[in-house]
Amino acid sequence: MLELKNISFDVDADGQNKEIVRGVDLVIPDEKLVVVTGPNGGGKSTLARLIMGIEKPTSGRIYLNGEDITDASITERAKKGIGFAFQTPVRFKGLQVLDLIRIAAGKRLSPASACEYLAAVGLCAKDYIDREVNSSLSGGELKRIEIATVLARGSVLSVFDEPEAGIDLWSFQNLIHVFERMREEISGSSILIISHQERILNIADEVIVLKDGRIAEQGDREKILPDLIGTASAVRDCRVLEMPERSGQTC
Amino acid sequence: MLKPKKMDEIQKRLLMEIAGLHEVPEGAYNIRSNGKAIGRSSTANIDIESKDDGTGLDIRIKPGTKKESVHIPVVLTQSGLSEVVYNDFYVGEDADVVIVAGCGIDNCGTANSQHDGIHRFFVGKGARVKYVEKHYGSGDGTGKRILNPVTEVYMEENSSMEMEMVQIKGVDDTDRMTKAELAAGAALVVRERLMTHGEQRAISAYVVDLNGDGSSADVVSRSVARDDSYQKFDAKLVGSAACSGHTECDSIIMDNGRILAVPGLEANSVDAALVHEAAIGKIAGDQIIKLMTLGLSEAEAEEQIINGFLK
Ligand SMILES: Nc1ncnc2c1ncn2[C@@H]1O[C@H](COP(=O)(O)OP(=O)(O)OP(=O)(O)O)[C@@H](O)[C@H]1O
Ligand SMILES: [Mg+2]
Repeated sequence: MLELKNISFDVDADGQNKEIVRGVDLVIPDEKLVVVTGPNGGGKSTLARLIMGIEKPTSGRIYLNGEDITDASITERAKKGIGFAFQTPVRFKGLQVLDLIRIAAGKRLSPASACEYLAAVGLCAKDYIDREVNSSLSGGELKRIEIATVLARGSVLSVFDEPEAGIDLWSFQNLIHVFERMREEISGSSILIISHQERILNIADEVIVLKDGRIAEQGDREKILPDLIGTASAVRDCRVLEMPERSGQTC
Repeated sequence: MLKPKKMDEIQKRLLMEIAGLHEVPEGAYNIRSNGKAIGRSSTANIDIESKDDGTGLDIRIKPGTKKESVHIPVVLTQSGLSEVVYNDFYVGEDADVVIVAGCGIDNCGTANSQHDGIHRFFVGKGARVKYVEKHYGSGDGTGKRILNPVTEVYMEENSSMEMEMVQIKGVDDTDRMTKAELAAGAALVVRERLMTHGEQRAISAYVVDLNGDGSSADVVSRSVARDDSYQKFDAKLVGSAACSGHTECDSIIMDNGRILAVPGLEANSVDAALVHEAAIGKIAGDQIIKLMTLGLSEAEAEEQIINGFLK
C-alpha cells in the first residue's frame, strides 16, 4: 500500500513560485489498480515522479507499506519495489534491449526469458532483443520496451505514465491485455496507471481525477467513470492513433 | 616455424586482453614479447618474415586468400623498454582476411615503457581486410605506458577495409596517426573506442584522402574521458573525386575530463559529399535516473551507460 499525505510540490519558474501539486492525499491500496486521469498539465507525471523519488516533495510525507520513504533515493525506492515506466522513455546509445531487461530483472536472464517480456508487450522478440535502445527505435517501440522493463522488475507498486501514448491501435489491444493480466495476477502488489483512455479506465478499481495539482475527484470506478465518459479525461481508443508524441506542456 | 616459447602469467593475461588469445592462434601469427619474436607461424597463403634490417615484419598475403587470419600481438612487461617496429602488410588482390594486432604493456617499474608500431597496409584490388587493434596497459609502477601507433593504408580499386581500434584501459599516453589513401570504389570504415582515466592523454588524428570516384570513408570515434584525462580527436577527410565521407566524434566527459574535437573536411571536387558530426557532453541525467529506477546506484548506472556506449 502506498500512501501520500498532504503532498505539495512547488517549483521556481522565472522567479515566481509555482505550485504544481497541492496538498494531495492519496492511497493506492494493496491489490488494486488505480488510474489517474485529468487534463494536460494537471500534475499527473509530477505525482508519479514524486512517488518514484525523481522529485522530492516541498512538503508532505510518502509511505510504502507503512514505512516513511519520503527521503529515500530513487534506487532505494526501486529496491523496495516501486517500478516506473516513463511517459517519455529514455534512449541509450550502445545499450541493447537485452541489457536493459537484464538490468531491470536484476539478474542475467537468458535471452529466451527476456524475450517473454517483449512478447508480452507485443514485440516480436527476436527482432528486438539485440537492438540498441537508441534513436533507431520508433516512439511506439521504445514505449513498449519501457513497459517491458517494468514487467521484468516484478514490482510491488508499478507506475505507468501514459503507457498508451504513441502506441498504435493494434498494439493498444495488446497493451490492454498486458494490464488485464497484471490485474489478474495482482496478488501482493498494486498498479498505478496514468491514462486518458476509456479502455484503461474500464479496468480500474479506482479512478482519480487530478486537476491543477489537486485531486478533483476520487473513488470507485463505477462512481467516477460515468461522469468522465465523453470528456477529455476518458477518450475512446480511436484517439490513440492521432495522439501526437508530446514534449513538454500543452496550453 | 618458430615454436612459441613459454609465456608467463602476465604475458598471457596481456595477450588475452589485446587479442582474445588463450593459446597460440590459428593461422599465421607472430607474437612479440619484450622486443623479440617468441613465436611465429606462416601458412601456405600468408608469409611472415622479418625485414632484412631487423626493424619489423613483412607480411605477404597471396591474392585470393580467403577467410584466413593473421595475429601479430605485442606484449611488453620489461619496464623501461622502448621500441619502434615497422610492419608492412601486402594484401593480394581479392583476398579476404582478418588481421589482429594490438599491444599490451605491463609496467611495474619506474621507467617508461613505449611501443611505437608503424603499420602500413597495401590493400590490393578487390581485397577485403578486417583489422582489429587493441591497446591495453596494466601494472602499478610509476613508469608510463606509452603507445604511439602510426597506421598507413593504401587502398586500390574496390578494396575495403574495416578497422576496429580499441583502447579502454591503462595506456598513459597515446599519439595515434592514421592515414589512408583510397582509389576508386574503395571503402574504409573505422570504429574507434577510447576511454581515458587519471592523467592520461590520448590523441587520435586521421587524414583520409578520397582520391577515386565511388570511394567512401566512415570514421566514427566513441570516447569517454574521465578524471583529469585529455583527448583530442582530429579527423580530416579530403575528397578529390565523386566520393562520400563521414566522420563522427561522440564523446562523454566526466569529472575534469577534457576533449577537443577538430573537424576537418576538404572538398576538391564538386561531387565530394563530406559530413562531420561531433557531440561532447556528460552522461544525460535522465539516462542515470532511468537505470536508478531499475535498482542501480548512480555509480552503477554510469558504468552501465559507459559500457554500453563503448561496446
Ligand atoms: N520542474 C518544473 N519546472 C517548471 N514547471 C514544471 C516542472 N515540472 C512540471 N512543471 C509544470 O507542471 C505542470 C504539470 O506537469 P505534469 O507533467 O505533471 O502534467 P501532466 O498532468 O502529466 O500532463 P500531461 O497530461 O500533458 O502529461 C505543467 O504545467 C508543467 O509544465
Ligand atoms: Mg504527463
